[in-house]
Amino acid sequence: MLIIVQIILVAAVMVVSLALMRGGSNARHLAVRRILLMIFAVVAALSVFFPEALTRVAGFLGIGRGTDLVLYGAVVSLFVFMATTYQRFRHAENALTKLSRRIAIDEAEKPGQLS
Amino acid sequence: MYNEATVVGSVIEGLRKQFPHVVCVDDGSTDGSQEKARAAGAVVVQHPINLGQGAALQTGIEFALQDPELECIVTFDADGQHRVDDAMAMAERVKSGEAEIILGSRFLDDRTKLSAAKRLVLKTAAIQSRLATGMNLTDAHNGLRAFNPRVASNIHLTQNRMAHASELVNQLARLKPKYAEHPVEIIYTDYSKSKGQSLLNSVNIVAELFFK
Ligand SMILES: Nc1nc2c(ncn2[C@@H]2O[C@H](COP(=O)(O)OP(=O)(O)OP(=O)(O)O)[C@@H](O)[C@H]2O)c(=O)[nH]1
Ligand SMILES: [Mg+2]
Repeated sequence: MLIIVQIILVAAVMVVSLALMRGGSNARHLAVRRILLMIFAVVAALSVFFPEALTRVAGFLGIGRGTDLVLYGAVVSLFVFMATTYQRFRHAENALTKLSRRIAIDEAEKPGQLS
Repeated sequence: MYNEATVVGSVIEGLRKQFPHVVCVDDGSTDGSQEKARAAGAVVVQHPINLGQGAALQTGIEFALQDPELECIVTFDADGQHRVDDAMAMAERVKSGEAEIILGSRFLDDRTKLSAAKRLVLKTAAIQSRLATGMNLTDAHNGLRAFNPRVASNIHLTQNRMAHASELVNQLARLKPKYAEHPVEIIYTDYSKSKGQSLLNSVNIVAELFFK
């Protein structure tokens, strides 16, 4: 029984992470990611004061301790952060490439007009 | 080209004997390659910073497309690993209308000498791209290619580094031009071996293709 819950949980975590990672950089996706991050921060802070509450949730999910739950959340957040940063980096790189290419082509003499 | 001052001059001189226009895209070289290329008779298009081989290829293509009389573009490595004879034969095949793009392959004859490990990596890459695109290619990462303006204007490389080779094949698979392969020799000298791609870079290529 427990193993089924755990498998479902792992699958859910992977689906959510992938959705968040793939989810482009449009405003709605960004907002969803920020809201989730806020919720996560609040839960993590609360777990300091009420460790038993979180442990009860974790036990219900078949994870064991509340700290483990926070750890899994942290891992997912890390992946999402990495993916978001990577996408931003790719965008910036793309823009930089286009700018450099424009400079390169504008500076060179046009082909066909050579001596 | 990127930092090829020792060889780029003779490479361009060799090309200039057969081709009227040679464009050399300099990718922020810091060893004076630009002067060498210019002195040898190439038009040098200069990236202000190093962006990578894929970015340079796209810049060269866009530059050449400005010429209304363009018949055929040949891409040729600046490190002296390609043969001008092969390039000429490939350009002829494009100009005769036999195909819109001719891709060089080092695996169609046994002129090219390369290590077993490199052969394995390149062949694996070729099989992968054959399965992914259905295009019948034997060498997916060969820098020597010849193509006409229609193909050129439909190439939009966004992979700045070495992953552009696979990206190019993917775009060709969508464009469906008439294509053929041409046997070419890749000359591995000590110089080119010391500067060439580490096999580990194939890991980076796969990663860059996966995380678009
Ligand atoms: N524009 C640009 N060209 C580069 C860069 N790095 C290498 N090149 C050029 O790309 C060509 C081929 O590069 P190599 O590193 O030899 O790659 P390769 O020929 O695919 O691999 P090998 O089989 O190992 O030689 C040469 O003309 C290099 O000058 C770069 O960062 N920017
Ligand atoms: Mg090389």
